[in-house]
Amino acid sequence: MSAAPRTLAPTEDASPPAYSPALAASRDSDPADEQPIVHPEVLREEACIHVEDFSLHYGAAKALHGVTLRIPRNKVTALIGPSGCGKSTLLRSLNRLNDLVDGVRTEGSIALDGRDIAGPGVDVIELRKRMGMVFQKSNPFPKSIYENVVYGLRIDGERRRSALEAACEKSLRLSALWDEVRTRLRESALSLSGGQQQRLCIARAIATDPEVLLMDEPCSALDPIATSKIEDLIVGLRGRYTVVIVTHNMQQAARISDFTAFMYLGRLVEFGPTETIFQKPRSRRTEDYVTGRFG
Amino acid sequence: MNTTPLEATAAREAEAATPRRELTRDPRPRGESLVFLTGGALAIAILMIALLAGIIVWQGFSSFWQGPIVELTLTDGSKALGTIEDRELDPDGRPRVLVRVGNRDLYGVDFRWISEHDVASKRFPDDALLLERREWGHAFGYVAEIREGETRTPVPRERGADAIAAALPAAAARVDTIAGIEVDEIGEINEEIESIRLRKLRVEWDHRGESRRPEAELAALDEEKRGLDGRYQSALTSLRAAREEDAARAFTLETSDGRTKEMPVSEIVRSVPANRLSLVEKVGLFVSRFAEFVFDDPRESNTEGGIFPAIYGTVLMTLLMTLAVVPFGVVGALYLREYAKQGALVSAVRIAVNNLAGVPSIVFGVFGLGFFCYAVGGTIDTLLYPERLPTPTFGGGGLLWASLTLALLTVPVVVVATEEALAAVPNSLREASYGCGASRFQTVWRVVLPRAMPGILTGTILAMARGAGEVAPLMLTGAVNLAPALPLDGTPPFFHPERRFMHLGLQIYGVGFQSPNADAARPKVFATALLLLLVVLVLNVAAILVRNRLRKKFRSATFG
Repeated sequence: MSAAPRTLAPTEDASPPAYSPALAASRDSDPADEQPIVHPEVLREEACIHVEDFSLHYGAAKALHGVTLRIPRNKVTALIGPSGCGKSTLLRSLNRLNDLVDGVRTEGSIALDGRDIAGPGVDVIELRKRMGMVFQKSNPFPKSIYENVVYGLRIDGERRRSALEAACEKSLRLSALWDEVRTRLRESALSLSGGQQQRLCIARAIATDPEVLLMDEPCSALDPIATSKIEDLIVGLRGRYTVVIVTHNMQQAARISDFTAFMYLGRLVEFGPTETIFQKPRSRRTEDYVTGRFG
Repeated sequence: MNTTPLEATAAREAEAATPRRELTRDPRPRGESLVFLTGGALAIAILMIALLAGIIVWQGFSSFWQGPIVELTLTDGSKALGTIEDRELDPDGRPRVLVRVGNRDLYGVDFRWISEHDVASKRFPDDALLLERREWGHAFGYVAEIREGETRTPVPRERGADAIAAALPAAAARVDTIAGIEVDEIGEINEEIESIRLRKLRVEWDHRGESRRPEAELAALDEEKRGLDGRYQSALTSLRAAREEDAARAFTLETSDGRTKEMPVSEIVRSVPANRLSLVEKVGLFVSRFAEFVFDDPRESNTEGGIFPAIYGTVLMTLLMTLAVVPFGVVGALYLREYAKQGALVSAVRIAVNNLAGVPSIVFGVFGLGFFCYAVGGTIDTLLYPERLPTPTFGGGGLLWASLTLALLTVPVVVVATEEALAAVPNSLREASYGCGASRFQTVWRVVLPRAMPGILTGTILAMARGAGEVAPLMLTGAVNLAPALPLDGTPPFFHPERRFMHLGLQIYGVGFQSPNADAARPKVFATALLLLLVVLVLNVAAILVRNRLRKKFRSATFG
């Protein structure tokens, strides 16, 4: 993956031309008319999460329009797009965090390992235990570092000191925070710096060994050094966890993700391998976005 | 370079049109004077509080400070010996002084207004004594004679204080012995006799429908009572002996106008040779009097002695009230804010709770009387203590009902403060907890509630302060001017929530307005008010310290 997206080069292979004449004709066409473009490489992957024609309404406003997405297992998938395009909303729908917001109405379905997460008999708490979430602004609990990391385990009923401490060390090592805090685990989490707090939140999210990690712009409030540490962390998690990361930073998406989905105004525009999206996007809109012409 | 006159004029006009901004302060008013309005309002508020506290502290403390004893010789030749309590102008505009002459058993009055114009001379006799007594209040005079049994020893005036001081320790010991027999021994015997009476009533009640009386059980109880009667008689005998021995040690007081009275040495609580005291001794006396006020029981219908039972009752009632209101208020607010679906019904409930705060406290008193005392208490009596009826056990006022009534009064305070505290917990914390897979209860219990604790404690502090100061509802639900026993004492089952209790607020009202001796009571009113302020202050400071410690945990240490 290159660090910066290169401008489009004409393709020689037999895949459909990059521009459809209709798109080229009017750049400001209504996105509702376009079909989302899903690259074949995605379809070859084993899907962990299946979003099927999913729509979401906040009261009267419609935030997501019929999004269909197969999120590959054990790979890093990035959701990119301009502000307000619905990527955070989609992310929060994956673990049904939007249930907490008043006035939210959904259509369509989301399935985890083939099971509809909103179906009858599904306990939303068990669902959330299988998914860890990291938020844009770090939100450690006002407890000690140790208590923060083992929170998920405690609420699951784990009481054995040995198990908790082992899990704590493992998570903190994975989050590249162990060396910095090993001597002060009982101190307040609020005494850490911003970057450390965000890594702590990641440690907290992975402490329960979830299958899926949902990250909502985890580095947007951090400095470059902290950002690079977290990016290394995510790359290190690849292969063990399915990671879905929402990011504003296209260079970051290019650096760390395997697959990228570009969304615009609540719709999926294009979804494919990261390298393809950034170097040979099929949609004109995608190309405009990744080259910085808008967004 | 030379500019043409036209250019120069143009340049000048340009300069004049846009004057450069200087760095010195713009003298035109910019509204900063608003600071004087806001600062002034705050200053006035602080001044009023300082004035209130200052007056109470001054008047309260000055009642413990000993002034000099003055002997006034009036123009008609009579003498008045005592302390000067007040100065004012009489209706005709002439100055007069309020002299506390004491010796109510001889003069009939404690206090006398004397016109300054009637005073021929005044002096401060070195030997004059102020004697604080168990009955009849203060006595002013000189010690003339000491009696031990049949031996009478005349005492020169200048040795009076020493003579009394020498005799007082033994007298105090005798008083303790007598009190020990009266209160401990005889008191205990009386309680056991009372308990036998109640057990007999219980036995008769349990067997009330039967044709045969439970003779055996009643006989056993009567046997017990006979044993107790025997102990009572022997206690009475030792009491009589102790009293006789005590009465044999007496002294003769001589007043400034020559009258004499003999009284037992044990009658004296404290002997104060006021005009001989050094500053250090006066401070020591002040501390001693204050300590007596705080720790001793009252004498002479609350105009003398201490107010310990009232302090005890106030603190106990406030703690009980807090224990009742905080869990209910917090849980209720939790439901309103975290669990209930926000809508018209929840808003209506919230409005109703807030409006409770505006209901006059006497209305709560009436409700407490009707519901807690009569309805609930009456039911408890019928179910658990039917043999004692019609004498109420829980069916009348008591500590428990008073505390619950005040808890109702302070519920809105706790609910509102808790709701605010819960709303102030950032949603990001809740989302983090839910994201980890916590249930709503776990999120509330582990994350939201601890985070809201400082705010909840603020509500508790406000509730305690409000409740400790309300008097009207207490008058109807169990506070009295003089209670025979404390609600938490050494007799099993140790905690007696059905007993009536004393309360500082009611004490102020009773002592101030219903006392037979208004002049003696007045300084006590201020002193009691001072103590009420101190009690509330101590309770509040304790809660504030706990809250501050909690707050420190939640404050982020870095800016990062």
